[in-house]
Amino acid sequence: MADLVTAADSGTIGEPAVNISIFAVFVAITLVITFRASRTNKSAADYYAAGRNISGTQNGLAIAGDYLSAASFLGIAGAIAVFGYDGFLYSIGFLVAWLVALLLVAELMRNTARFTMADVLAFRMRQGPVRTAAAISTLAVSLFYLLAQMSGAGGLVTLLLGVTGEAAQALVVVLVGALMIIYVLVGGMRGTTYVQIIKASLLIAGALVMTLWVLALYGFNLSALLGASVDNAVAGRDVLAPGAQYGATDTSKLDFVSLGLALVLGTAGLPHVLMRFYTVPTAKDARRSVVWAIWLIGIFYLFSLVIGYGAGALVGPDTILAAPGAVNSAAPLLAFELGGTILLGIIAGVAFATILAVVAGLTITASASFAHDVYASVIKKGKVPPNGEVKVARITAVVIGAISIGLGILALQAGLNIAFLVALAFAVAASANLPTILYTLFWKRFTTQGALWSMYGGLIACITLIIFSPVVSGAPIVEATGKSTSLIQGVDFSWFPLNNPGLVSIPLSFFLGWLGTILSKEKPDEAKWAELEVRAFTGIGAEKAVQH
Amino acid sequence: MTPPDERRLLTPEEYRQAQDSPEFVELKRRFRRFAFPMTVAFLSWYLLYVLLSTYAPDLMSTRVFGNVNLGLLLGLGQFLTTFVITHLYVAHANRQTDPIADEMRGRLEHHEYARGTEAPDSSVGGGATRG
Repeated sequence: MADLVTAADSGTIGEPAVNISIFAVFVAITLVITFRASRTNKSAADYYAAGRNISGTQNGLAIAGDYLSAASFLGIAGAIAVFGYDGFLYSIGFLVAWLVALLLVAELMRNTARFTMADVLAFRMRQGPVRTAAAISTLAVSLFYLLAQMSGAGGLVTLLLGVTGEAAQALVVVLVGALMIIYVLVGGMRGTTYVQIIKASLLIAGALVMTLWVLALYGFNLSALLGASVDNAVAGRDVLAPGAQYGATDTSKLDFVSLGLALVLGTAGLPHVLMRFYTVPTAKDARRSVVWAIWLIGIFYLFSLVIGYGAGALVGPDTILAAPGAVNSAAPLLAFELGGTILLGIIAGVAFATILAVVAGLTITASASFAHDVYASVIKKGKVPPNGEVKVARITAVVIGAISIGLGILALQAGLNIAFLVALAFAVAASANLPTILYTLFWKRFTTQGALWSMYGGLIACITLIIFSPVVSGAPIVEATGKSTSLIQGVDFSWFPLNNPGLVSIPLSFFLGWLGTILSKEKPDEAKWAELEVRAFTGIGAEKAVQH
Repeated sequence: MTPPDERRLLTPEEYRQAQDSPEFVELKRRFRRFAFPMTVAFLSWYLLYVLLSTYAPDLMSTRVFGNVNLGLLLGLGQFLTTFVITHLYVAHANRQTDPIADEMRGRLEHHEYARGTEAPDSSVGGGATRG
């Protein structure tokens, strides 16, 4: 314990050389696989959808790899370690959300669309406006998610690679961003998928080892583990009871409910998750992949419950909060406490791999949406030379990569919990995308105006409320760090009390979709509605796998 | 390579016929009969859990055994119900909706919903029937 404290004081733990070598091995292996995968990348279906011949099981692993971001691994474990029960709610919301995707969205979307979310949303509407709106909201969600991942990378760099000084940290973020661009440019969706599969396997295996190790230390007695984390908790905080993080005031309670709503309704509106459904050959494979994803993600979150309380018990919240990366450092610190330098190196490598894989998935989704929806469909009206669309997608991927590098450098200094930032991305997805997806699939009368009101209304409401919330300005100053938890220090222009806007923006978006529809003079396109329904439920006309 | 514009395998009239067919009405009914009530059920159960955690922390802190309290058990219960509902949905889809969907897809590929048209034109339907 004493070693750990001094190590944390000096800014790093473990042996940076070991951490870097293990990470380098991962990068080398995935780059080789990516280059091999690139040989079969020819058409747009190859680049965006891996030729639609990823199996259901593989895709389930890849979805888990896409979904179990640094937020899940570092953020949730950290939130449980420090706040206990309240951190657990994140994982439950993230998991239950998959039922919305499984029951209402995955198969029907797979059957109807080709590459992007907008393919479905614009199916029976006026193409230009709806595609543009869907592309804008795809980019917004992806950028929020990227900010969260890059913010996690920033904390990890300091903690694990022994890199100090802003310039050196920025250099590491540039390196991470450059690697991610290579995965996406060279490997396309197929390469990204393989990176995600490898990463998911490593992550789940690493979490399993840590879980068993922690449980073994407590004689496989969950109650004893919980007891130990109570003994070690921040004074006066009951980490087993709800309310440690959110129970203080009526406002914070409402914030908790708002967060819960955003989590459970966000997943089925995340563009990078939806895009994964297009990589499988049939709707049945889409179903199979969600079933796999639910099991893998559920089991992983059960692991993080043990890892979180284990970090609380064995490392202690005070040490965690004092470490660089603060809350997000709980899992790596626990790994060091358990297995020393080697286990820390492995877990650190896995955490970096996680960030790389998720960021690659986000980048390919955002670039596909821009190239396919905005460039090919709206600007060029479908008249694109062969491979012109993929060329634009690749250029966009580089631009988005550059933006995320910039965001990452900005986010380096922010001490926000990553799970919390991801929750904001979920709120945007649940507000801007989910209502329109559900109305499009299930409501015959739904019109272009309804779709636009719902998407823009949800998006604008969500982002406006975030800007004027304590997330951006006006949060009280934390004594330990002497800084406010807001992004902008020293000013206060907040008037919306909740950190998460979901409670207001999600119902508003559903309401606007309904209102816009009943107020529009436009008649729903009956022929397109028939085609959409028949295709969605029977799978007729869905593209088959590309034969190689 | 796929052409940039949407591949249209069937005519609008065929989609309309298929949509109006009794088997499609039954397919949708079976899908909705499971998916809609189940969505209401699991969302209500999830929201109940969130609300209890927020507004009844004392109840949720009730120790059940050792250090394990009611809140933790109900949380683990959310995991359990998620796994169970996943399983139920797959069973429902395999037994109730897949057979109709598969049969309809076969008939659509053979253009059996096209009124007044004879044997399917192989140049249009041929590509879709493989797989």
